[in-house]
Amino acid sequence: MAEIKKATGLIDWLDQRLAVNKFIKVMMTEYWIPKNINFLWAMGVVLMVLFMVLIVSGIFLLMYYKPDIKLAFDSVNYTIMQEVEYGWLWRHIHGVSASVIFLVIYIHMFTGIYYGSYKKGREIIWLTGMALFGMFSAEAFSGYMLPWGQMSYWAAQVITNLFGGIPFIGEALVVWIRGDFLVADATLTRFFMLHVLLLPLVILLLIAVHFYSLRIPHVNNQEAEELDFDVEAKKYLDGKKVESKVVPFWPVFLSKDFFVVGVALTIFFYLVCFHFDFAMDPINFEPANNMKTPAHIYPEWYFLWSYEVLRGFFFDIGGIAAMDIGLAAFGFANVIFMLFPFLDRDTDHVAPAHKRPLFFVWFWVLLVDMIVLTVYGKLPPTGANAWVGFGATIVFISLFIVLPIITKMEAKCNNGGCK
Amino acid sequence: MRELKILAVVAFFTAVVYWGVEPFAHSQMHPHVAPADFAFKDLGATEKKGDAAKGAETFLSAGCIGCHGVAVANMPAPMDNASASATFGVTPPDLSSAGAIYDKNYLAALIKDPTKALKVEHKFNETRPHPMIQFFGLGGDLDQEVADIVAYLQSIAPTTLDDKKVYADACQRCHDMKYDKLMSTTDKTALMAYMGTLPPDLSIMIRSKGRDYLTTFINNPQKQLAGTSMPRVGLSEKAQNQVVAYMEKVGDRKKAEREDLGYKLIGYMVLFTLLAYAWKVKIWKEVH
Repeated sequence: MAEIKKATGLIDWLDQRLAVNKFIKVMMTEYWIPKNINFLWAMGVVLMVLFMVLIVSGIFLLMYYKPDIKLAFDSVNYTIMQEVEYGWLWRHIHGVSASVIFLVIYIHMFTGIYYGSYKKGREIIWLTGMALFGMFSAEAFSGYMLPWGQMSYWAAQVITNLFGGIPFIGEALVVWIRGDFLVADATLTRFFMLHVLLLPLVILLLIAVHFYSLRIPHVNNQEAEELDFDVEAKKYLDGKKVESKVVPFWPVFLSKDFFVVGVALTIFFYLVCFHFDFAMDPINFEPANNMKTPAHIYPEWYFLWSYEVLRGFFFDIGGIAAMDIGLAAFGFANVIFMLFPFLDRDTDHVAPAHKRPLFFVWFWVLLVDMIVLTVYGKLPPTGANAWVGFGATIVFISLFIVLPIITKMEAKCNNGGCK
Repeated sequence: MRELKILAVVAFFTAVVYWGVEPFAHSQMHPHVAPADFAFKDLGATEKKGDAAKGAETFLSAGCIGCHGVAVANMPAPMDNASASATFGVTPPDLSSAGAIYDKNYLAALIKDPTKALKVEHKFNETRPHPMIQFFGLGGDLDQEVADIVAYLQSIAPTTLDDKKVYADACQRCHDMKYDKLMSTTDKTALMAYMGTLPPDLSIMIRSKGRDYLTTFINNPQKQLAGTSMPRVGLSEKAQNQVVAYMEKVGDRKKAEREDLGYKLIGYMVLFTLLAYAWKVKIWKEVH
């Protein structure tokens, strides 16, 4: 045991027992961040803030929510929205941040793709990030179902049904997931458990791993410049702050983050109080009715692109049912981003997209294609809409097939193998 | 400068996604319908000027009180709600306020041909007659007699009604308003059989349908939802606005609080952002 001396103050008392000074250095004041980054790098902190907002508002909602199909709808729409003081505020905060967090996740992801932050040494950051995306998706879906509204009920019916497409075990799996033959009380109760306990725990754990995985390879920067962090940090500590290419996380990096978070929360509270409807499907203000199907069933906006990939193949090809091809494509869309660091064959060369001509084109085509998929994922899949969806799905899949090829070509060019 | 360019790119693509999944998709899923018609043009307008005193006699002779109560004229409903539900499928309305909340032309057309005015021809026909019997007249000029009855109803109706009362008289026979503890006056089993489906609770209908949709839907349900069992009720523009205002009061009762708090929250965050910016400038001055 370390020698414990009489403490000179509270900090010292804690320092002797918990090494708080060391901890603050490692985590904050001597955690080095490249200076050459833009506001897109603040998205991680924005996500953290939004996630905290979700946890706090969720705890408040939890005090009055009833996970029972007879009570759930009214506990949300009457008790929380009308009876509880500021219950509406907590609900709107929870609903809006659940939607906005996905926008920020997508910006965060596309930033990583654009600047090559998933490559060479940073693969684990990308993998844990994608695992987080998957967990957030499950978290959002399980939470969406809880108010037991018409669209949330039918979305649950459709999504759980997807597992029925898995060969051999499909049907049994659907019943196992639902806990019943239909989406019913058992389903609601288990999704409630997933939403408030198991998934948040997994997410917290993954966030910790995601942060830790940044420590060794360090965060990327705008020019993907390789920095010698020890040398740069020494310059900074020696007082050559302007010359040094790094800044400490606290207070320098965070001072900029505070500003970005301030802007984000200003917009956020505008949405919460004046424009919450974008995050709350009006159909969910009708109670779930298993006898009445809504005219159009669609998921929340952040799942639309993969939903459109699912239904993009609307005709049988070569004796394989459209539904099965769709499911395969849907499975592909949901795992392919995970493999990103391994599909990019230009492994040694970390550079922003504008310094990689082919990849630059690839990036913008992907972005536009995903927006097309998102918009058409909500439109009724009839007539020309179905064909646009099909085309965009083909483009999406093709993009990931050509990715290794074009990155390989670029890798050759970097080694002087092309003119 | 570069950050502003990046911000513009992010804002642009966010706006495109928003436009695509909100206004654009909704315009595709809910095609635009003609605006509400409070003149009820399809029913035709009568030129006749009604006489309330004559109308009172005609009203009694026509047998209206066989089914309807008129509380303001000391004529109670002939049946209690349970028996009326069992007999007609739905409780007939008390007509005390009918002259005030329903349109004049609509009332005249309703008395002459209920299924047409209510737009429920798809449900009621000769083999399944509508519970309200068509008025064929007492032998004189039918249009004049009808105009007299309407004039009578208008003469006894109160001049002002609060929003909740309009809702109760116009909608409560079929619909619940659970969150304001108003339940339908018709027995649920009878109502289910009569309508073919249980009319929805209206507590938060304002949030699921919105003001615009309700304006055209209440005025003419078939226009928004062809084949629905909801009849056209024939509310005047003023009365319909009162119903919608009441629905908003119940379904979105925190609206005023929400907007008031909204300005404060945004104001607070703007202040926070400005201070954060000042702090950032101060700190980054040393490192740039």
